[in-house]
Amino acid sequence: MSVRFVVGKVLGALATLTFVLVFNFFLFRVVSSNPVATLYRGRNLTDAQREELTRQFGLDGSQWEQFARYVEQTLQLNLGRSYATNQPVVDEIWAAAPQTIALVGTATLLSMVVGILMGISAGWRRGTARDRTLTSSAMVTWSTPDFWLGMILLTFFAVRLGLFPTGGIEDPSSGATGVEKLLDQAWHMALPCLTLAIAYVGEFALVMRSSILDVVREDYLTLARAKGLRDTSANSRHAVRNALLPSTALIAINFGFVLSGAIAVETVFSWPGLGLLTTEALRGPDLPMLQGLFLVFSASVIVFNLFADLLYPFLDPRVRYA
Amino acid sequence: MTSIAWDRRRRAFRRGWAEYRSDREGIVGLVVLGLFFAVALLAPLLADGSELRAVNTTDNPVWAPPTEFRPLGTDNLGRPIYDQLVYGSQVSLLIGIAATLIAIVIGTVVGVAAGFFGGWTDAVLSRLSEWFLVIPFIPLAIVLAATLGPSLRNIIFVIGVTSWPVTARLIRAQVLTIKQRLYVERSRALGASGAHVMGRHILPNVMPLVIANATLTVPIAILSETTLAFLGLGDPLRVSWGSMLEDAFSAGALGREAWWWYLPPGLCVIAVVLAFTLVGRAIETILDPRLRAGWRG
Amino acid sequence: MSEPLLAVRDLNVTYRSEAGAVPAVRGVSFDLAPGETLGLAGESGCGKSTIAGALLRVLPRGTEVTGEVLLDGEDVLGMKPGRLRAVRWTEMSIVFQGALHALNPVQRVGDQIAEAIEVHRTAENSETRVAELLETVGMPARRAGDFPHQLSGGQRQRILIALALACNPRILIADEPTTALDVMVQAQVLELLERLQKELALSMIFITHDLSTLSYVCRRTAVMYAGRIIEEGLADEVFARPKHPYTAALAAAFPLIGDRSHRMNPSGLAGDPPDPRAIPSGCPFHPRCTVAVAECTNADVELWPAGEGRQAACIHVLDCAVR
Repeated sequence: MSVRFVVGKVLGALATLTFVLVFNFFLFRVVSSNPVATLYRGRNLTDAQREELTRQFGLDGSQWEQFARYVEQTLQLNLGRSYATNQPVVDEIWAAAPQTIALVGTATLLSMVVGILMGISAGWRRGTARDRTLTSSAMVTWSTPDFWLGMILLTFFAVRLGLFPTGGIEDPSSGATGVEKLLDQAWHMALPCLTLAIAYVGEFALVMRSSILDVVREDYLTLARAKGLRDTSANSRHAVRNALLPSTALIAINFGFVLSGAIAVETVFSWPGLGLLTTEALRGPDLPMLQGLFLVFSASVIVFNLFADLLYPFLDPRVRYA
Repeated sequence: MTSIAWDRRRRAFRRGWAEYRSDREGIVGLVVLGLFFAVALLAPLLADGSELRAVNTTDNPVWAPPTEFRPLGTDNLGRPIYDQLVYGSQVSLLIGIAATLIAIVIGTVVGVAAGFFGGWTDAVLSRLSEWFLVIPFIPLAIVLAATLGPSLRNIIFVIGVTSWPVTARLIRAQVLTIKQRLYVERSRALGASGAHVMGRHILPNVMPLVIANATLTVPIAILSETTLAFLGLGDPLRVSWGSMLEDAFSAGALGREAWWWYLPPGLCVIAVVLAFTLVGRAIETILDPRLRAGWRG
Repeated sequence: MSEPLLAVRDLNVTYRSEAGAVPAVRGVSFDLAPGETLGLAGESGCGKSTIAGALLRVLPRGTEVTGEVLLDGEDVLGMKPGRLRAVRWTEMSIVFQGALHALNPVQRVGDQIAEAIEVHRTAENSETRVAELLETVGMPARRAGDFPHQLSGGQRQRILIALALACNPRILIADEPTTALDVMVQAQVLELLERLQKELALSMIFITHDLSTLSYVCRRTAVMYAGRIIEEGLADEVFARPKHPYTAALAAAFPLIGDRSHRMNPSGLAGDPPDPRAIPSGCPFHPRCTVAVAECTNADVELWPAGEGRQAACIHVLDCAVR
């Protein structure tokens, strides 16, 4: 893998990031041209106060001056202050991110493992009842809106059966610490995590199944059996290894979307992550917060795509020596 | 178009249809879709539109389960779920299809242009689609919807404008394959203009792929609309399955276990999305024989 | 006459597909003596490649195989899985057509050969053995570290031959080894196979639709049509003086370079081989046959003696009317 290749990919990622920065800035300028008026509606402001507030929010000067200031601040990791809480956006995002990563990361891992196993099992036994059942389940879960599934699970397991909490990340009144607190949080995470895992599993299963189907037809698999390998060795060493290649690309991409993947589900379960932060920011609209969140979401995708691009040649020699 | 070409296409279509008929899942999907489309078109005959407005439902019991109020109960303002469900189908289907149309048109134009003209055009357009692919869809859709205001037209626009890159990439790859085929070269050797080649050779061969892709984009559009509506970005004046879920959630239906309110809309979404997917996969199988079971190459 | 090394008796192979049962091989029998090269000729779809898969039992799951495949008297079709795996590659191996996906695209070719050696433990040091094998097929040993897509078609074919020889089999089944190669490379591969056969005293079954290459390598040949052997005998004899109308047509269809009369008057054969699901009654060839008679439509044709060491499944052989 040449240096030229790596440099090329990194430059590409940077170019995309630049595009996102520019896009981000101008997009939000369109959202609300005069947030001061919106936010302080109904309050009588003197001109001096209004000017001061405008300056505080960084909305003075021409568009270009604002843009320059925006770029400068972003590069210093200053994403402004939230209109709602007046706290630095970076701090709010930093505080909410771990919850989302924990929730969506776990769900993605779970669905990935289960989905791939489902896909392999279905692909090997193509046309049998097992294949049909697994494929149908995958298609049905893929067609299900994730937040609706969350609503159903919440009603049944939390409200009706009381087995799980109905929302939030922990029981505020328990005062538990250490391991007990973690367990409490995990218990709160169970339902939303299950919801997302079920929602994601379909795609992994279907992609893996179709890769297996492609591989099963290949001559090299017959050759492996003819060489005297046991079926299981032939399958795992030759078939599955090759079939996993398309799935790895999918996995990397999915991790990129981890941060933004759970907006609606977090809302249903009141899970204090980036998703909830987004829906709350929408109500203002809390411009700096939305802008910051948007940037973080996009950056995460770009970084993981870059990672996938750089990783793939290691897995597939055909790309390495193209 | 010469009649020979048309004859060939008609025959191919008939063959395709005969094949489609043998695909059980494809037929099931088609039947389910037909059902939902019928419901959407005949909504005024099947349900009472006036019952959608809270002012008209003051006589109805509120939070009534299906056992109390036929056939599907009422919501917190006494509006019957059944009528909302029937009229909701109109909006969900309309948005799904209209948004897909926009996405397909943009995607096909970009894809064909990039593939056909190559060079700078291709480089620029491909970069552009890549950029749009990178931006996470839901946040972008949220922001655009919040920016432009919640209305039917805007939602259609938002979903359409964010979904085109996938189509563009697919179409571009197909165009590149077609471009290399001999008959295109021959055509150009005969002095055919770019427009002629595009219209006579490229477009007709890209169409089947476009149709298959469209059928698989509609379910994504419908799922997106459902999510956006749930987050409060749908048209406040219209009922859609997603907006029903939003109403239910914010009215506290979950705590009250008023399952008759939020279970049916979700089931309808699943049914329609699944049906479109089945139809799309059946079309894909016809276009690419390798997907057929038992093909021995 | 000594015992044949391989004796195939009444082999029948039926595939299962969504469209129903597809009989690909119908009652095929032949012998292979030690050190002999037998050719299996025929057009695509006549069942010859299926036979290769059937001998090693690597056909897709669910395929029905009946009959006997006697290797030194032991029936391969009746072997238990453990015995079968031991026999595969060490007694019989297949040289597949060298298309890109006959080799695992993400594994180095040396490792793929080493895998066979390690599974059967036929050598102390697999690395040296791999180098030996590559040399035998005329490739530099350092190529063992390459991936399949880095090799040319001819090179991949040599790798497949090296792979097939890895465990010193007694029988080599070559399934269209020179198809998809250009003529110069074809000649090289054929020379290689011929040399190996002599040096290692291999018995070979050479499967192809290309009659010119077949006559080069094989002493005896069997011609297949619609899943059956319809003629058998010494290769040169069979093509110079065919007893079955199909063999005659097949031989005539191959253009002889330099023969002007042939160039001006190429002979093809009208029609297509029958769909295995809809084989004509009686003699399967009768719809395309130029010398068919009334009985051909429903007579039960089988291989009848047609001269010294010759058999043909044509009704005319019975009255010696076809020359």
